Amino acid sequence: MLDTALTWNDLLFLGQGAAMTLAVTAVSVAAGTIMGIIFGVIRFQAGPIWSMPLMFFLDIFRSVPLLIQLVLGNALQSIAKLGWPPFTTSCVVLSLYTAAYCTEIVRGGIASVPVTTRRAGRSLGMTWGQDMRYIVAPLATRVSLPAWIGLTLGVMKDSALVLWLGLIELLRASQILVTRLQEPLFILLICGAIYFIISFPIARLGGYLERRWSPHD
Amino acid sequence: MIEIENAHKSFGNLEVLKGINLNVEKGEVVTIIGGSGSGKSTLLTCINGLEPINAGRIRIDGTEVHAKTTDLNKLRQRVGIVFQQWNAFPHLTVLENVMLAPRKVLGLSRDKAEEIAVKQLTHVGLHEKLSVYPNRMSGGQQQRMAIARALAMSPEYMLFDEVTSALDPMLVGEVLDTLKMLAEEGMTMICVTHEMAFARDVSDRVAFFHQGVMAEIGAPDEIFGSPRKPETQEFLGSVR
Repeated sequence: MLDTALTWNDLLFLGQGAAMTLAVTAVSVAAGTIMGIIFGVIRFQAGPIWSMPLMFFLDIFRSVPLLIQLVLGNALQSIAKLGWPPFTTSCVVLSLYTAAYCTEIVRGGIASVPVTTRRAGRSLGMTWGQDMRYIVAPLATRVSLPAWIGLTLGVMKDSALVLWLGLIELLRASQILVTRLQEPLFILLICGAIYFIISFPIARLGGYLERRWSPHD
Repeated sequence: MIEIENAHKSFGNLEVLKGINLNVEKGEVVTIIGGSGSGKSTLLTCINGLEPINAGRIRIDGTEVHAKTTDLNKLRQRVGIVFQQWNAFPHLTVLENVMLAPRKVLGLSRDKAEEIAVKQLTHVGLHEKLSVYPNRMSGGQQQRMAIARALAMSPEYMLFDEVTSALDPMLVGEVLDTLKMLAEEGMTMICVTHEMAFARDVSDRVAFFHQGVMAEIGAPDEIFGSPRKPETQEFLGSVR
């Protein structure tokens, strides 16, 4: 028989933490992906020289540890008197962090579409936009999907760092319980299991889409 | 009518077209032969504006292709092109490949686009492959699909750029037969090809390109029977 002081209320508390993790991840990945697509297209169209300022900006978010970004981001918004709550600051920083990685994924996806295939589209009278939408987007998505799934899962786990801004997400909720109940192994096991339960469907979705598209290759 | 007047084209320092003059009348079939790097394929991509030219002018039914005011997307609806690599859209079925441009570019309804696509695919003998993905077909079938895809836009002119060069020898015949059929139906065509027998069969005129210059042009019998220029003689001697 399992002997623990953990109550249903504590589990609910963990659940609320998980909901926060999901919320931060969902907002950041959604916003980061939209920005990543825009930046990736600009990066591809503008070429390496013209997109240098953009790349420099994004490289900051790729190379500075996320924890520092969050702390600096919070300090900046405070100095600028933006008055953002921790959730907003966390989402803004994580979105830019996601966008920085997503930009390269998108650029790589677009570059993987053969020029000759695009030429065939244009030679049928398609505009640049139609070519991008009906030919490049579906083909690039197939190529980029595995990397994007990896990014999403990574961001979800990295989002634990927002606890430094005072958000009670899954890891912070677990820490609080560990401090109170002194049952670190058991609680972290549950915490890990919850992370797994959240990640699993995302990973499966990727596998499912890859299988669905594979007969065309 | 396609009018090419003193067309020059360079890639960097390399001058690939050195002043080409060629008029192609409605209903005419002109084939272009010549060695690699003679500028034949480049000319085709210049005709439908995929590549800009450096000097001269190309007009299609009076519309200047490389004028800034020309809407190339509109123009390309009238000038189909099929490449050496068939460039199927791999994420779409054969039917969807052919339907895409009529639906999105011409704005036709799904039913109307499908009707046109089925008609063109039947025309090239692919009516049993409608729901197949291109990568499940042979190169010859994919190339015929690419031809149907171009024809679905009801172009008035068709450009064929070495459409059999990337095919297994066994598959060349089926594609050439498709081109012959189009020629017999009166399609205006410019074909860049290495298939001399085909050029001889279908062409109204054959042009021989050599180092960016149109060295010689004439009826197939003249070019193949009694070429005047030494370059032409040498080329034909080497390919026979």
